[in-house]
Order: sequence, then C-alpha cells, then structure tokens
Amino acid sequence: MLTLLCAALSLTFVIAACGDDEEEGGGGQATTPAESGGGKEIASNPDNGATSITVGSKNFTEQKLLGEIYAAGLEAAGYKVKRELNLGDENIALKALKGGQIDAYPEYTGTALGSFFDVKAADVPKDPAEASTQAREGFAKEGLTAFAPTPFTSSNEVALTKEKAEELGVTKISDLADKAADLNLYGSPECRQRTDCLLGLKEVYGLKFKKFTPVALDLRHEVLKKGQADVSIVFTTDPQIKREGFVLLEDDKKMFPPNQSNFVVRDDIAKKAGPDLSKVIDSVQAGLNAEVMQELSARVDLDKKTPDVVAGEYLRESGLVK
Amino acid sequence: MISGATGSGFGVPLAGVVSEFSDAIEFIFRSRESRAGGADVGGSQMLDLLGEHLQLTLAASLVACLVSIPLGLWLGHIRRGSFVAISVSNVGRAVPSLALIAFFVAYLGVGFTNVTVALALLAIPPILTNTYVGVAQVDRDSVDAARGMGMSGLQIVRRVELPLALPLIFGGVKTSVVNVVATATIAPLAGVVTLGDPIINVSTYGDEGRLAAAIVVAALAVAAELSLSALQRAVTPTGLKLGSGRTLRERFPFPKRRVEATP
Repeated sequence: MLTLLCAALSLTFVIAACGDDEEEGGGGQATTPAESGGGKEIASNPDNGATSITVGSKNFTEQKLLGEIYAAGLEAAGYKVKRELNLGDENIALKALKGGQIDAYPEYTGTALGSFFDVKAADVPKDPAEASTQAREGFAKEGLTAFAPTPFTSSNEVALTKEKAEELGVTKISDLADKAADLNLYGSPECRQRTDCLLGLKEVYGLKFKKFTPVALDLRHEVLKKGQADVSIVFTTDPQIKREGFVLLEDDKKMFPPNQSNFVVRDDIAKKAGPDLSKVIDSVQAGLNAEVMQELSARVDLDKKTPDVVAGEYLRESGLVK
Repeated sequence: MISGATGSGFGVPLAGVVSEFSDAIEFIFRSRESRAGGADVGGSQMLDLLGEHLQLTLAASLVACLVSIPLGLWLGHIRRGSFVAISVSNVGRAVPSLALIAFFVAYLGVGFTNVTVALALLAIPPILTNTYVGVAQVDRDSVDAARGMGMSGLQIVRRVELPLALPLIFGGVKTSVVNVVATATIAPLAGVVTLGDPIINVSTYGDEGRLAAAIVVAALAVAAELSLSALQRAVTPTGLKLGSGRTLRERFPFPKRRVEATP
C-alpha cells in the first residue's frame, strides 16, 4: 500500500521521503535549498515521518486543489500524508475533522463565520485580517488551530464581459448606479437572499437590476459568454475569468466580505507536527493569489487535468519541490 | 473512533430528531429571519415557492402528456414502433435533468421554458411507454369486433382502445408527475425559484428550512400520487374493475392487525 502510494507520488514529483532510510542527512539543513522559482524548496525533515496527517477538502475544484497542494507540501517536508479530498459541504468536513476521520482541511473565513459560528453576513468584518482573527478564535474554542490565511480571497464579485464594460464605461460597482435598471443580473441561487450578495447590492449600492436570475455556479459564466447576462456575480477565483477575459468591477464600498482560506488543523495534530507544519503551510500558500488560483482551477476545470497533477505543477513552478 | 458528538454509537437521540422536525414544521408555517440575516424566510414565503413549484410541475406534466399520449396512441394503434416507444424513451430517462438544463441553456437560455422542457423530457418516457403498451395490449378480438361493426380507425382508438388503455396511461402519468414534483427541486439552479431553493441554499434557510422544504415536497408527491390514483380509478371502465363495492381494505391489501383478527 505504502509503496503504491509512493509510486503514484513520484510520478508528479521526486520525493525523498518515501522511506526514512532514504534520507541522507540528519537534520532538515542537509537538503540544499534550490532558489529557482522565487520560492524556497521545502526541506524534508526525517523527524516529521512520525506524524501522520490526513488532509481533507470539500468537494469542489478549488478545495481539492488546495488539499492536494497542502498534502504534497507536507509530504515534501517528510510528513506521512493521507488524502480525503471529497468531503461534501463544510458541515461534513467539520464533523470529519472533529471526529478524527481527517486531521486538517482548508476552510474559508466567511464560511466558517457564517456556518460554524453563526455570524450574520452583515456582521462579518470587512477587514480581512480582522475576519480571519475572528474565525481563528472561533476555531480555537473548538479545539482547532487555524493557520494564517491565504493571500487570495474567494469572494463574490460583479463580473461582465470586456466589451460590455467598455460599452457601459464602468470600472467600479457604483458606476452601475444609473445603468442597473436596464441590466440583467445573474448569480448563484444563494445570492438572492443574502446581504453580502444581491441584497447588499440593493442596500449598500442602491442598485436595482432589471431582473435577477439564479443559476448553478458553472452557468454564471456561460450566461455571460452567451450574452444572456449583462452582469453576473461570480467568485474572484473562478477559472473562467482569466480565460474568457471577463472584467471584475471594483467593490468600492467594500460590500463583499473577505473570504480567505485558512488551513484548519486539530490541536493535537498541530502540536504533534511541530514547527515545520506552519512553515510548510506558509511557503506553499505564499504564491496563491487570485490570479494563480484562477489559473490553477482553469487547468483542472477547463484543461481537464487532475487536481494532484496541477498541484504538483504549481509546487514545481514555484520552486517548492524539485 | 473518537466521537465528537454527544450521545452514543449510531442512534441520534430521539429528542433531537423530534425537535428538528418540529422546528421544520414551524418553519413551514411561520416566517423567520434567514440564517445569514437580512431576509425573511419560511411561512408565507414558502407559499410563493410552493406556487412556483406547482406551476412548473403542471406545465411540464401537461407538455409531456400532450406530446406522449397522442404519439403513444398512434404507435399503439398501428402496433409499430415499440422500439421508439420503449427503448428510446427509456434511454431518455437515463439522462440527468440537470445535464439537460445545461444543454438547453445554449438554445433556450435559462428560465421557466428551459426547466419546463427538461422536466417534460423526464416525464415523457413513462407516459409514452405506458400509453403504447396500454393500447397495443388491447385484446385483438375487441379491435376486430369494432372494425367488424364498421368503426373507422379513429373511432376504434377513441371508443375501444383509449378507454381500455386509460388505467395504464394514468399509471404512467402518475409516475411522471411524482418524478417531476421531486425533480422540480433542481429548478433554482436554472432561474426558477421552486421548493428546491431551501434545499440548495442552506446558508440562507438553515437546516430546518431544508428539512421543511423536503417535507413539503414529499407531501406534494404523496398528494399527487393519491389524487391521480383516485382519478385513475374514476376513469377505469366499469368492465375492467374487478368487482364493485370493494372496501378500502380490499383495495389496499394491508395485512389485518392481530388485534382486529381476534373476535
């Protein structure tokens, strides 16, 4: 089983930690840091082999990618890693985390505050750092350690095609003020009744669109492309944005709350894993801004590569593994 | 295994289940602030969802009936095309409605028409197959007798084959309507806000809203089944009914309770 795992992994990246006996040096400093893509290669520490971490994720592309990236990063640092990357929604993931079926998974600040800690959407802090701190405190009470948030935020944002943006001459959401009445707006079904989505556009910006049509997540871009939608509410990290050349309007009144991803680990595992854990997390997610996430998700959703391959590509391209 | 939840083993505490259900029932009748805040959900808002759900169900079922009953009657009458009526339409059943909706986005856009067509396609196979079989299995002798009496083809269909096939046709309609009632819950993914909305958007409606909508949809499906069964019995020609004056217990063959069996 272990050899099978190792064989599968070595397809995507060279790994020196399949067996402890393969380690040549004693400490972490034995491996030479390769300064290639700006990132620093993750050093393998044989002491970490004693810790086994089961990385989980929810059941959509961005989460699977994050799960694979963290898992591969932790493996490169010498940890024993298992993957459980298709866990349904946040409630299932949290239950699995608390129940010990998984040891860690990435969760979004906004989702954590809204779903786990019952913070109303309007009360989520608009400052990303403050929101993350609040989420971290919430997790701490549950016996969970939330590590530093990712650079990217996976929030809602108003998108339109480049042509439409030029035609209307808009760059900020408030520019839509006198134009919204003639525009067809599309968005996810949950958007309709949320203050951090459609209701917020009404209340904060005073925008009344001609019609709002709820559609499935992957249709939000389709309707833009086909011209059925003038404006669509999308996620900042959606893969189609970059590939289709959509324009995201600036949220000049800061209505959409921040929604960074935080790697959440059960306290006992976090303690056992030692200081290398946070180092690995910081280094693998340092390069994950919104554009990079769009590109990585595009490779999975549009180019039909698997998340583990794309995660390997990302780590190699950023010089974190060889 | 480390269990995070209180309570032991498999069983969810009964009190928890009861309170979840009563909360869901309350959700159906009284509106409250949504989980994320800023909007009222439940209560009268459920009525709007129910109305939209019924409209969509009715539209899709009607379209399906209008397409498949005439086609099934014709194919059954000429006793040809069983391949079309049974195999092809059954293959159609295997295509997920969600995929159909996504497919029609390119031609019909997103909205009521799109979802109606997708659900109608889901509803057609059972009605078409049942209509075909219902007509094709009508006793040859009856049809020949009718022809011998000088009836035209149309008259045979209308006065012999259709009445004899009606119970089976209604069986198909019943299956389809129940299917459509249940599947109409995916409509909020394509612009029609039905009872599926609370099921899809837990972040707004909460778990009690999801359960509440599920209860209403289930009740709706049962109601559709029962009312169409009643209609089916009503349209069954007297000659086809097995004996008259049957009691309810004979019609629904539940085993008698032991308590009742003892004198």
